[in-house]
Amino acid sequence: MNFDFSDDQKFLKNEARKFLDANCPTTRVRKVLDDDAKAYDADLWKAVAGQGWLGAAIPEAHGGLGLGHLELCVIAEELGRAVAPIPFASTVYFLAEAIMLAGDDQQKAELLPKIAAGELIGAIATSEGPGVVTASNLQASVVDGKLSGVKVPVTDGDIADVALVLAKENGKAGLFLVDLSDAAVVREAVKTLDPTRDAAKLTFKGAPARRLGAAGEGFELVEQIFDRAAVLLAFEQTGGADRCLEMAKEYAMERYAFGRLIASYQAIKHKLADMYVKNELSRSNAYYGAWALNTNAQELPVAASAARIAASEAYWFGSKENIQTHGGIGFTWEMDCHLHYRRSRQLSLVAGAPRVWKERLVSHLERRNVEAA
Amino acid sequence: MDFNDTPEEAAYRKQVRDWLEANAPKAREGSADPEAGDGMAASKAWQAKKAAAGYACITWPKEWGGQGGTPVQQVIFNQEEAKHPIPGNPFQIGLGMCVPTVMTFADEATKKRFVGPALRGEEIWSQLFSEPSGGSDVAASRTKAERVDDGSGDWVINGQKVWTTGAQFSDYGIVIVRTNPDVPKHKGLTMFWLDLKDPGVEVKPIHQMSGGSGFNEVFFTNVRVKDSQRLGAEGDGWKVSLVTLMNERLAVGGATGAGWSQFMETARKTPGLDGASALQDQSLREKLADWYVQAEGLKHTRNRTMTALSRGQTPGPESSIGKIISAVQMQELANTAVEMLDQYGIINDGELAPLDAAFHWSLMFAPGLRIAGGTDEILRNIIAERVLGLPGDIRVDKDVPFKDMPTGR
Repeated sequence: MNFDFSDDQKFLKNEARKFLDANCPTTRVRKVLDDDAKAYDADLWKAVAGQGWLGAAIPEAHGGLGLGHLELCVIAEELGRAVAPIPFASTVYFLAEAIMLAGDDQQKAELLPKIAAGELIGAIATSEGPGVVTASNLQASVVDGKLSGVKVPVTDGDIADVALVLAKENGKAGLFLVDLSDAAVVREAVKTLDPTRDAAKLTFKGAPARRLGAAGEGFELVEQIFDRAAVLLAFEQTGGADRCLEMAKEYAMERYAFGRLIASYQAIKHKLADMYVKNELSRSNAYYGAWALNTNAQELPVAASAARIAASEAYWFGSKENIQTHGGIGFTWEMDCHLHYRRSRQLSLVAGAPRVWKERLVSHLERRNVEAA
Repeated sequence: MDFNDTPEEAAYRKQVRDWLEANAPKAREGSADPEAGDGMAASKAWQAKKAAAGYACITWPKEWGGQGGTPVQQVIFNQEEAKHPIPGNPFQIGLGMCVPTVMTFADEATKKRFVGPALRGEEIWSQLFSEPSGGSDVAASRTKAERVDDGSGDWVINGQKVWTTGAQFSDYGIVIVRTNPDVPKHKGLTMFWLDLKDPGVEVKPIHQMSGGSGFNEVFFTNVRVKDSQRLGAEGDGWKVSLVTLMNERLAVGGATGAGWSQFMETARKTPGLDGASALQDQSLREKLADWYVQAEGLKHTRNRTMTALSRGQTPGPESSIGKIISAVQMQELANTAVEMLDQYGIINDGELAPLDAAFHWSLMFAPGLRIAGGTDEILRNIIAERVLGLPGDIRVDKDVPFKDMPTGR
């Protein structure tokens, strides 16, 4: 049994923590939070590219470090902990993963090196409005290689160079790569719950689109891409949830009420114990997801669903109860509690809400049981 | 990251598998539930077989009948053993908690007398800690031992213990008693071992709310014990008990009755709203997903613990989360299953209710599991204090002589 990260991977995690402590304190995160014109921290993005993290899981032949997904997982955990205001997930977990999963040789050769070098920001565009996008309500369409339709919200859609867009072609869903600098693309930033992660409404008016993967398999591909992203997002969420517990503990160990440290009250102790339990369940499920992702195991859809559900629950619980532990001061803009409250919402929604993942999980379990019977 | 054994672990697993294949029972005798008390002969026979081959307590030193093995080897054995229809194990508390305490604190002659028979399942041990006046607060025990005034050095014990698992079929026990009421509660306790068949010891099974009687009340009326039966120094009973309790939470964490997969199968066969299967009910599907994620989280937490053991490290505090999750889940899952049956859920009859009324059994046993071996609340205190390093509770009785402590019911 070796259900843990290796010493090298732990070393990388430790280095990532040091790097982000130095380069991404929350004072830096707040520069993005407080400035509507600032969609992300471009300097941090460059620095992160310089660390090689963008290409951690990209093969060396395509300009990456050729490490593996386990390395990417430990980096993700640290990015989540730091509430990093950069388009890492959009570019790496979604676009790069999609290209590695389904791209042809030319697409890989063209795009992966740019991603690894930090020269290309990516985005994934599936949602078109409130609720879940399905085959029956998908509107965006591609005719003769030209995409028309509206996608909203697209995380990082206002700063991305390339978007991966879910659209119909000949009545069947497919995934399409679209250069967002094209004149036939209109981008409008939308306000988001988490201003440190921007989003846009993208209107396509006949923009050139290249298909990624097989025709008609758009939804299947989206599921596979989301499975991969879900594991990596789960590490970000676990990192954020752990930070919430630390913040709550630090505050509870300094704050007095009724002549006692508030950390000495069982109401607070039990709250923090519950945070700890949820965080451990999140971490253990995320580890299994990491194993499934790294080995491309058949169990990936189930493992990814479990990781996403556990991590969404842990980060939500941690972020809201961290505010509660702080009391009034936790409700102020100045305290960092709301950075996590906001990010926990962003991460829970960006690859589909937990409700949707719970349904997917049970569907997979049903199928597995039928096959086993 | 992988789930494979190391070459040494794989070799050990192979050895264990071969041995089990040749020696394990082919069919279950009696109930798998040690509480049921039937199948005791089968349990004892299986224990003796394991002891003869060195598998009864693998991590114990060879001189005491173990293999001097690693915790991982014990886990491997447990995993492989569970694949066979083995009888219930009424020896866990004795071998996991009582006998190690005896081994740590008793003299050579006592150890020589008791360790072997316990290991072989010939004698069963109970742990007598909880009292009617104190379950979570064991240090508030009132059962007292007083020196007999005849120069023999003997002690006489009077009082009552409660929630003693398996006392009705046990031979010996370790008991924590008050020997000095004039000092604060933690300082006036002493630990003894004693023969439960001695005159003055009366064991009364408790009729639990679940209907079963796995636990007991044990009454002591002028029970005379020798000073040589003392484990640790007079007044050191609390420290001795910490050695005993070290393993309790791991020992209690396990059994959880019917789980998510039984729920799913039952839901599939049960009509829900509009005649569709209850498994199509969105509210049930969400709960099912949550239970699965919790169960997987615990499973992989155990895998992380196992990894630490495999590397020769001490497992981290993550192993403390098990019972908090599993006991509450057992209760919620069982209740949801019973509600899913709608009016029919009222029926508790194994002939009529799904899965021999397994959900009904869980429903009625879960309240006990949430209390046994550390209540939900005590476990949260333990995580808060020992894992997160938060302050201990304010103890108003800390410096008060035991005899002056306020008592209620």
